[in-house]
Amino acid sequence: MTSAPSMRAAWSVFARNFLVWRRLFWPALVMNLGEPALYLLGLGLGLGHFVGEMDGVSYVAFLASGIIASSAMNTSSFEGMYSVYTRMGPQKTYDAMLATPLRVEDIVLGEMLWCAAKALFSAGGILLIALALGVITSLKALWVFPAALLIGLAFAGPAIMMSALARNYDFFNYYFVLVLTPMLLISGVFYPMESLPPALRPWLDLLPLPHAVELVRGIVLDVALSRTWANIFSLSAYAFGGFFVAAWLVRRRLLE
Amino acid sequence: MHTPLKSNIASDTPSLAIRARGLRKVFSHPISGVVAAVDHLDLDVPSGICFGLLGPNGAGKTTTLRMLLGLMPPSAGSLELLGLPMPQQSRRIRPRIGIVPQADNLDPELSVAQNLRVYASFFGLPQQISKPELDRHIERLLEFARLSERRDFRVESLSGGMKRRLTLARALINSPDLLVLDEPTTGLDPQARHTLWSRLEELKAQGTTLLLTTHYMDEAERLCDELVVMDHGRILDQGSPQALIARHVEPWVIEIRSAGRQTTAFAPLSSLGKLERHGSSLFLYTHDRQRALNDIDGLTASLPTPPVLLQRPSGLEDVFLRLTGRDLREEA
Repeated sequence: MTSAPSMRAAWSVFARNFLVWRRLFWPALVMNLGEPALYLLGLGLGLGHFVGEMDGVSYVAFLASGIIASSAMNTSSFEGMYSVYTRMGPQKTYDAMLATPLRVEDIVLGEMLWCAAKALFSAGGILLIALALGVITSLKALWVFPAALLIGLAFAGPAIMMSALARNYDFFNYYFVLVLTPMLLISGVFYPMESLPPALRPWLDLLPLPHAVELVRGIVLDVALSRTWANIFSLSAYAFGGFFVAAWLVRRRLLE
Repeated sequence: MHTPLKSNIASDTPSLAIRARGLRKVFSHPISGVVAAVDHLDLDVPSGICFGLLGPNGAGKTTTLRMLLGLMPPSAGSLELLGLPMPQQSRRIRPRIGIVPQADNLDPELSVAQNLRVYASFFGLPQQISKPELDRHIERLLEFARLSERRDFRVESLSGGMKRRLTLARALINSPDLLVLDEPTTGLDPQARHTLWSRLEELKAQGTTLLLTTHYMDEAERLCDELVVMDHGRILDQGSPQALIARHVEPWVIEIRSAGRQTTAFAPLSSLGKLERHGSSLFLYTHDRQRALNDIDGLTASLPTPPVLLQRPSGLEDVFLRLTGRDLREEA
């Protein structure tokens, strides 16, 4: 059974990850910032030349807001899979942690917070690039930071679940190809969701990424946020639900 | 001199560090059905001694340890560590035990000192003691582990022996009353093993209870005050190394090399003790070494090449082989 985690204990897990990450800063920077920045520049400027405007804004701005949300998703998912799996399996970091007063709940919460911090790092970086390029101009865009944290939390839980179920790194291909990539293509990152069949819309609302994109787009483009609370509620539900299921699966893997 | 690694707080350690009754763990296996890895185990480990848990691979040692540490729920039985029920009170027990696991799980990207500092944070030490105090504590542990000069080295760059010593230092970060070591010297060279043993002896002298599993009988004989030999999830016998040797084997062993196939030729020796075959050698366990040597001379006089003989006082290894008897054993 899952019990409430201790914030102090979760923080010690977070701090440990931060310490290791500092040593591996440059490769992490290239991975988390370089790739989405290339997408933004390549697709935004290249494709934007042909597309012009989308949904009333320049295509670069439209795409930037989508990529901020999707890079938060990707960064959090990567951390929750490859890195968490490394610590849970090959590196046995969690075994070392469980030999201390830390409990599985503390570890999972610490990891989710860390995934969220990395999502913030990546989304924030894209935001700064977009601000520097003049693609985004409103200062209200800084609200993206808390939004990115929430998006990171929402995607961390499912990723950690995958780690708890995985027997090797290749297992994550399923999640990427069958879940994350299809979701990326239908969640309004590259084109407005209105172009999808209306019958699909209610179902898409069950996914987290459309909410993440809607929230971020509303913030950075300084347009009226249409369903802020629905967006926040959906992402929070993924974060909370993800925590409990992930903690249950990690416990089952490590302690049974 | 006061002991450097133990806290000065008067320890309320009860007389038994570990008490297990009817401890049992069953796994359901797709082919062999329900298998009891640990089967009604009773265990009393007195405080302040080094206690050994010996047994061949698959004997149930690791499962027992995992249950003791609250890392695996027992299927049945009761368990007390330091006077508190496990796993119910694991939150109160954890801060008082240290674990040296079988496989290294240090943080490879972090430095030696950072590994200790991070581990201290898992115990909440930065909230409990001042920073200078924690710094001094870490310095003392580095000294104890003979790693002071390596404090800023990455763990990746350490030798196997150094990693083990760091793992030991890390397990002592919370000044535990009970230290659990799972095959601590497996894979180390002789020098590294001796260094680690001297560290463990120092801890024992300071009053830390040690629970040790090992495959090395010399290690168990040297470190353990008391031990159990287990196999198939059950305890076969318990006692001090000397008591077990006296109880189970004759005081002298004469090994007749390459005589494993000539059991019949040497059969008359069995009147002097126990004759057993392990591998390609015959072993004669006997009280009367001189007579045995004479008899062997008599039996081998006619052979073109007399076999190589090795004689030694019997030890824990002989007890282990006799109790767990994995090898093809022939009683002549």
